[in-house]
Amino acid sequence: MIPEIGHFALILALCVALVQGILPIYGAAVGNSGLMAVAKPAARTQFLLVLTAFGCLAYAFADKDFSVLYVAATSNSQLPLHYRLAAIWGAHEGSLLLWTFILTLWMFAVTLFSGHLPETTRSRILGVMGLVSVGFLLFMLTVSNPFERLIPAAAEGRDLNPLLQDPGMVIHPPMLYMGYVGFSVAFAFAIAALLGGNLDAAWARWSRPWTTVAWCFLTVGIALGSGWAYYELGWGGWWFWDPVENASFMPWLAGTALVHSLAVTDKRGGFKVWTVLLAIMAFSLSLLGTFLVRSGVLTSVHAFATDPKRGLFILVFLAIVIGGSLALYAWRAPKVGLGGSFAMLSREGMLLANNVLLVAAMGSVLLGTLYPLFLDALDLGKISVGPPYFDSVFVPLMVPAIFLMGIGPLAQWKKASVPDLAKRLKWAFGVSLVSALTLPIVMGNWTPLLSLGLLLAIWIVTTSAIGLRERLAHVNGNSLVERLASVPRSYWGMLVAHCGIAVFIVGVTMVKGFETEKDVRMNVGETASIGDYTFRFDGTQDVVGPNYTAARGTFHVSRDGRETTVLYPEKRRYPVQNQIMTEAAIDPGLLRDLYVSLGEPIDDGAWSVRLYHKPFIDWIWGGCFIMALGGALAISDRRYRLAWRRQEPVVPVPTRTARRKVA
Amino acid sequence: MNRFLLPLSIFVVVVGFLGIGLTLNPREIPSPLVGKAAPEFSQPQLYDQEKVFSPADLKGKVWLLNFWASWCSGCKTEHPVLMDLAQSGQVTIYGMDYKDQREEALTWLQRGGNPYSVVGVDEVGRVGINFGVYGVPETYVIDKQGVIRYKQIGPLYPDTVEKKILPLVKQLESE
Repeated sequence: MIPEIGHFALILALCVALVQGILPIYGAAVGNSGLMAVAKPAARTQFLLVLTAFGCLAYAFADKDFSVLYVAATSNSQLPLHYRLAAIWGAHEGSLLLWTFILTLWMFAVTLFSGHLPETTRSRILGVMGLVSVGFLLFMLTVSNPFERLIPAAAEGRDLNPLLQDPGMVIHPPMLYMGYVGFSVAFAFAIAALLGGNLDAAWARWSRPWTTVAWCFLTVGIALGSGWAYYELGWGGWWFWDPVENASFMPWLAGTALVHSLAVTDKRGGFKVWTVLLAIMAFSLSLLGTFLVRSGVLTSVHAFATDPKRGLFILVFLAIVIGGSLALYAWRAPKVGLGGSFAMLSREGMLLANNVLLVAAMGSVLLGTLYPLFLDALDLGKISVGPPYFDSVFVPLMVPAIFLMGIGPLAQWKKASVPDLAKRLKWAFGVSLVSALTLPIVMGNWTPLLSLGLLLAIWIVTTSAIGLRERLAHVNGNSLVERLASVPRSYWGMLVAHCGIAVFIVGVTMVKGFETEKDVRMNVGETASIGDYTFRFDGTQDVVGPNYTAARGTFHVSRDGRETTVLYPEKRRYPVQNQIMTEAAIDPGLLRDLYVSLGEPIDDGAWSVRLYHKPFIDWIWGGCFIMALGGALAISDRRYRLAWRRQEPVVPVPTRTARRKVA
Repeated sequence: MNRFLLPLSIFVVVVGFLGIGLTLNPREIPSPLVGKAAPEFSQPQLYDQEKVFSPADLKGKVWLLNFWASWCSGCKTEHPVLMDLAQSGQVTIYGMDYKDQREEALTWLQRGGNPYSVVGVDEVGRVGINFGVYGVPETYVIDKQGVIRYKQIGPLYPDTVEKKILPLVKQLESE
């Protein structure tokens, strides 16, 4: 009964989405405010309906209802409740429901925080989002229904893939989808602006906070996925340039470019056409990512069950949404005109260069991801593109981008002068160069890449410090604290996010430069050393978990004779799917991780063991979280708080409303 | 051309490729040995260990080489198909008993029947390495010049035999 309610709610949601996608857009075109007013209640109703469906599926999982095919396929009665709930997005059908649910959640948020938007703009935005939602609901109802019954019911479920039975997996997909789908708001804003023909600074100002929020979620989502791969896959890597990782990274690159280009459109009215294109691109890449993961056109570790019928559906949907919006772009954008002119050496110029580099990086990731497919389609053979390609194109593109990142915020709008910039930046440059050259020598291993990485990281931090000092000189306040407090939060946000990049770069550089690993055979009682640390293997014990059995090894780790920690890596066997999983044990630390994973049992209690010493690896994810924190600071800026609290139009409004306010 | 049309044009090309991509199988692994001469070997025979089995003796014939083992479950599925093919007399099948125990291999052939005109023994898997065997069963179609013309990874099904193996054998016979 409950699953049928969920199914029915989805059908109703589709009807509402159709109404929401057609009437308000038509109403905005002909100026009928009655039709436009449909948008808000329709979006809210749709949200409630999809929420109901989501709740029904959650109930089916909690209730262990194995008469629902999807529940039987992805859970098991032995599976703990929190993993049963996470299993909602453990496979294809449920992930799509989550996607749609988050889309309607964003819609709902738009209805809450759009009081200051003109009615036509809001109805167009919600209409576009409604149309996107039609596609996904139709997809679920036709070829991937999560509520499909299994009659007769299965006695027991086939269980969730053990790789996904992990706290990281519980939150990684929702975070990632919040980011992916969040770009649909910026996309809808852009399409609404193209439809209405009013690409002005106000449009950019409204889009900015939405884009930033989505970007923050995506950043955290990607970091969580990378962290999960690091500790769950058991071989210590954190990024593999796998097609599905790339699928999440491309929208991130486009989104990062978008965040910056929106700033220019907002502040200077420039880059309009470019910003619109980026907004379309960011969401298109999210959709493309969905297609790549779901259709099975590329091989990947994330291979969900693939089905060509589903692939075809998404491809057609992709063609309609992206093709349609790019056609609209080609039609409307030429009339927009260019913003104010600027010299190449100016803040605009540097942001533009940065944007071009980010988009070029995105393009090369896209090319590398799709290249095997291109060759195969042209019958030129089968190849795979791996990390060497990505590393060798990505690093040269990012180095100048990061160098500009230091200068850009200090350059004047419109026109900057080289001697002036050189004067202000010479200390930062000197300090970065000297410390980048000497630090690796002090640490005992000088390589060009190590120096380059440190140079970029220190450059970001020192230029940020100079920027902050100059800023403090210009704000009012007697004490330092007072002056610090009067620096706007959006500026803090930028500084923090940029420093997040610096932290990230330090992490990557130090791990690449100094990590050590060892593959050893260890008998009970034997020791092995890595770095300054000595690991003593004290044998394994059999332990029983809720839905698995495991051999748990005990490793005493010591340094200079003093015990540092005890690590318990496990080799688990999940009987339902008969899968063996390696649970690495990690002792995390600010300056280094110690990482042990069990290989295979050899004989007489001996095991093959992998030991890693990974300096600064947590800085990689730390950097990502700092970036996201920067984004959060930026949107907590005073002007957004005021705009939302007042819920009053910040744009020119019909005089009638204004007069009523006065009265 | 209007530069605003550029993004759309790129997208159309990408969609075209993605569409073709849907019809392809990225997991299908091609064998680099197809079109190359079959690696030479000279292995003892299963039934008469004094004799050797070597492809050099098969020049001028079209034949199948089937890697199998008594421990392999895919081979069990495949076995009736091989028996039918052998009985039809349309092509001769040679077997290579891969990383197996002699006794068990003999029992297996006694029970299920022997479709092979000669069975070679590859106890350590050296021949398998030269042929690039991923896992048993695998079947190679070899032409009159001793060149590998087709490789089947996994069991042969009646369908594959009808549609791929037999037409190819016929064509190779007439070359």
